[in-house]
Amino acid sequence: MLSTLAMSVPADSNWINFDVPALIQNFWSATFDGLTFGAIYALVALGYTLVYGVLNLINFAHSEVFIVGCYGVFFTLSFLGFGPSVPNLDFWSIVLNLVLALVVAMVASALTAFVVERVAYKPLRKRNAPRLVFLITAIGVSFSIQYLIFLWRGPNPEVALTMFRPTPIFDVFGTIIDSQQLVIVLAAVVMMVFTDQFISRSRTGRGIRAVAQDPDTATLMGVNKERIIITTFIIGGLLAGAAALFYVMRIPSGVQYSGGFVLGVKAFAAAVLGGIGNVRGALLGGLLLGLIGNYGQILLGSSQWTDVVAFVVLVLVLLVRPEGILGTSLGRSKA
Amino acid sequence: MYRKKVITSLAVAATLGMLLSSCANQASTGGATTGSGNRIDIPALTKIDTPAGAVLPAGDGKGTCPSTTTLGYIGAETGANAQLGINIFNGIQLAINEHNAANAGCQVQFKKFDTEGDPNKATGPVAQAVSEADIIGVIGLPFSGESKATGNIFEQQGLVHITPSATNPTLTENGWTTFFRGLGNDAVQGPAAAKFLTGKLEAKKVYLVQDDSDYGIGLGTATSAALGSALAGTDKVTTGQKDFSAVISKIINSKADAVFYSGYYAEGAPFDQQLVGKGFTGTFVGPDGVKDDQFVKLAGDASNNAYFTCPCIPGELIPTFESAYKKLANAEPGTYSIEGYDAATVLLAGIDKGKQDRASLKDWVKNYDADGLSKHYKWNDKGELQAPTVYGYKIAAGKIVPIGPIGE
Repeated sequence: MLSTLAMSVPADSNWINFDVPALIQNFWSATFDGLTFGAIYALVALGYTLVYGVLNLINFAHSEVFIVGCYGVFFTLSFLGFGPSVPNLDFWSIVLNLVLALVVAMVASALTAFVVERVAYKPLRKRNAPRLVFLITAIGVSFSIQYLIFLWRGPNPEVALTMFRPTPIFDVFGTIIDSQQLVIVLAAVVMMVFTDQFISRSRTGRGIRAVAQDPDTATLMGVNKERIIITTFIIGGLLAGAAALFYVMRIPSGVQYSGGFVLGVKAFAAAVLGGIGNVRGALLGGLLLGLIGNYGQILLGSSQWTDVVAFVVLVLVLLVRPEGILGTSLGRSKA
Repeated sequence: MYRKKVITSLAVAATLGMLLSSCANQASTGGATTGSGNRIDIPALTKIDTPAGAVLPAGDGKGTCPSTTTLGYIGAETGANAQLGINIFNGIQLAINEHNAANAGCQVQFKKFDTEGDPNKATGPVAQAVSEADIIGVIGLPFSGESKATGNIFEQQGLVHITPSATNPTLTENGWTTFFRGLGNDAVQGPAAAKFLTGKLEAKKVYLVQDDSDYGIGLGTATSAALGSALAGTDKVTTGQKDFSAVISKIINSKADAVFYSGYYAEGAPFDQQLVGKGFTGTFVGPDGVKDDQFVKLAGDASNNAYFTCPCIPGELIPTFESAYKKLANAEPGTYSIEGYDAATVLLAGIDKGKQDRASLKDWVKNYDADGLSKHYKWNDKGELQAPTVYGYKIAAGKIVPIGPIGE
C-alpha cells in the first residue's frame, strides 16, 4: 500500500522508480499475459524470419500483411453479427464463426503477401536490383498499404468486437489463466512447431533451406527458386493471418490502419532477438519480448515503459550476441 | 509436387486451427454470465430547474444595432473531434436565431471558423477572425490545447471570447483579459469526481489511471489529490494504447472497487471493455473526455459499469431548449450545446444594451452578473466562473443520462 502510494505522485526527481513489490505481486499474471502477447509476436516474427532467411530481405510490408488479416477478422465477424457486446450464441456457432474468421484472415493475409511479392519484389529480383532498393521498396509498400486502408476506413479504430467472454480455466499460484490466454498460447505454439517441422522435414521445407543456404546451387540442384520464394511468403502470410485472429481476440480495438506498424516492429525485434532467419529463434524471441515488456512495465510502474524496456533489452542482447540468441542461419540450423 | 505438399500442409494447418478454436470456446460457454457486481443504483435525473429570471437571447425585443454586427465561432467543424464543435455551434446558432427573430432592429450575423480542434491549425482561423473588424465577440475555442495556443492573439486585439468547453485550469493563469471560461475547470471537476466516487458510488478503494495528454495529467493530479487515502494506486497509459492487460492485473490485484480513468473515450472504451472482460466487477468512472455516445458504442455491454463526471449541464432536460434545438439541428442537444447557447446569450445581451464594439463588449462580459439558462454567470478577475457545477451521468439502456449535480 505504501509503495503504491509513493508511486502515485511521481515528482520529477524520481521519474524512474523500481516497484519490486508490485512485480512480485503481479508476477504470474504478468507472465501469462506476456506469454500470450509473445505468442502473437512470435507468429508474426516467423514471417519476417522466413523471408529474411530465403531472400535476405527485411519485409517491412509484413506488418501490413498482418493488419489486412485483422481487417479480414473484423469484416467476417461483423458480417456474422458480432458486436462490442458479448454474443448470445451457443458454443458451436461461436466455434464455427471463429474458424470462419480464421480461414478468412489467413487467406486475406496470404493473398496480401502473395500480391506484395509479385508486384513489388519479383520485378526487382528480375532486374537484379541492389539490396537497398528492396529495403526501400518494402518500406514504401508498407506505407502504401497503410494509407490505402486509411483512405478507405478513416483514422479511427474499428468498433471493438467481442468474440467470447474469457473464462477462468485454472489457477496457477493464485493467478487465473483464462480460456483466451490458453487458446492463444497453445494454438500459436502448435502452429510454430508445425512450421518448424514443415521446414525441417517436408520437401518444400528442404527447398526453403536450400535456397536460404545458397540460392544458386539450389537452383542448379533442381530447386525452383521462384516457387520456393512464393511459398515462403504465403507461409508467412498464413501465420500472420492466424496471429491476426488472436490479436483481435485479445485487443478488439486494435483494428486500425496503423495498428500493424508497432506490432510489426516488435515482431521484427523478436525475430532479431532470437536470431533472424531462425525459426525456433522467432518463437523464443517473441515469447521473451512479450515477457520482458510486461515485467518491465510493472517493475517501472507504468505501461508507458513496455516498449522502452523491451527495446533496451534487445539492444543489450545484441551487444553481447549480435547474431541473436539462437544464431541466424535458417539454412544451417538443424531445424 | 511442391504444390501438393503445400496444399496438404494447408489442410493440416486449417484442421489444427479448427481444433484449437474449438478449445477456445469450450470454456466460454460457462462464462456467458457477467456479474454486474453490487452496483449502486442512482436514479436518473428527469428534469432540472432553470433559474426563474434567466437571461434569454430574445431579450426585450427592443435591441438596435448596425447590420454588420457579427459574432464568431472558432473551433472544430471537421476533424476527429468535430462532434463537440457541432454541439456547440448549433447551440450558438439557436441563440442567435432566437435573438434575431425577436429583435427586428438588431440582426446579428454569425460567422464560423474551422480549427479542426488542432492546436497547430488554430492560429490561422483565429488570426483571420480577429482581423475582421465586424466581429466583436467570439464563442470558443472549445479545446484546451488550441485555446492555449491562440489566447495571446485575442489578447493583443482586445477581442473577448468565452470558451464553452475548455477545462484545463492553467488557461486562466496567463494574464489574458479577453479569456472567459463558461464552465468549471478540472481543478473543480477532479475533487467533484473524487467526492462522487467515495460518496455516492461508495467506493472504498479507487484506482486512478491517466493518459499522457495535458487534460488527462491535470485532471488526474487534481483527482488523486482529492481522493487521499481512498486511492489504491495509479497508473499511466499512452494515447493510442490498445492493450491494458498489465494495468488491469494491477487493478485486480489491488482489490480496488472503482476505477477512475482520466483521459478520452478513444482509450477509455477499450480499457473498460478489457477491464470487464478480465472479471472486474467494480465501477468505472470517466470525466467529460469519456462522456460521449462513442464510448457506449465502442465498449458495448461492458459500458454498463460506467459513470461520468462533467462540468456540463444536461441541456436535454430543459424542455424549451431541447425542442428548439431539436428543430434546428435535427438532433438532441449534445455535450456543451447549452454552454454554447448561454455563452452566445451573454454576448447578445451586451449587444442589445448598446455594447457594440470590442472594448465595451469585453467590459460587459467582465462585469456580467446574471443567470443563464444553465447556471449563474459571474466571472472572477481571472475569467473563471465563480460558482460552477459538476454533473454526474450514468448509463441507462445504452444511453448516457444525467443523475444530478455532484461534489456539493
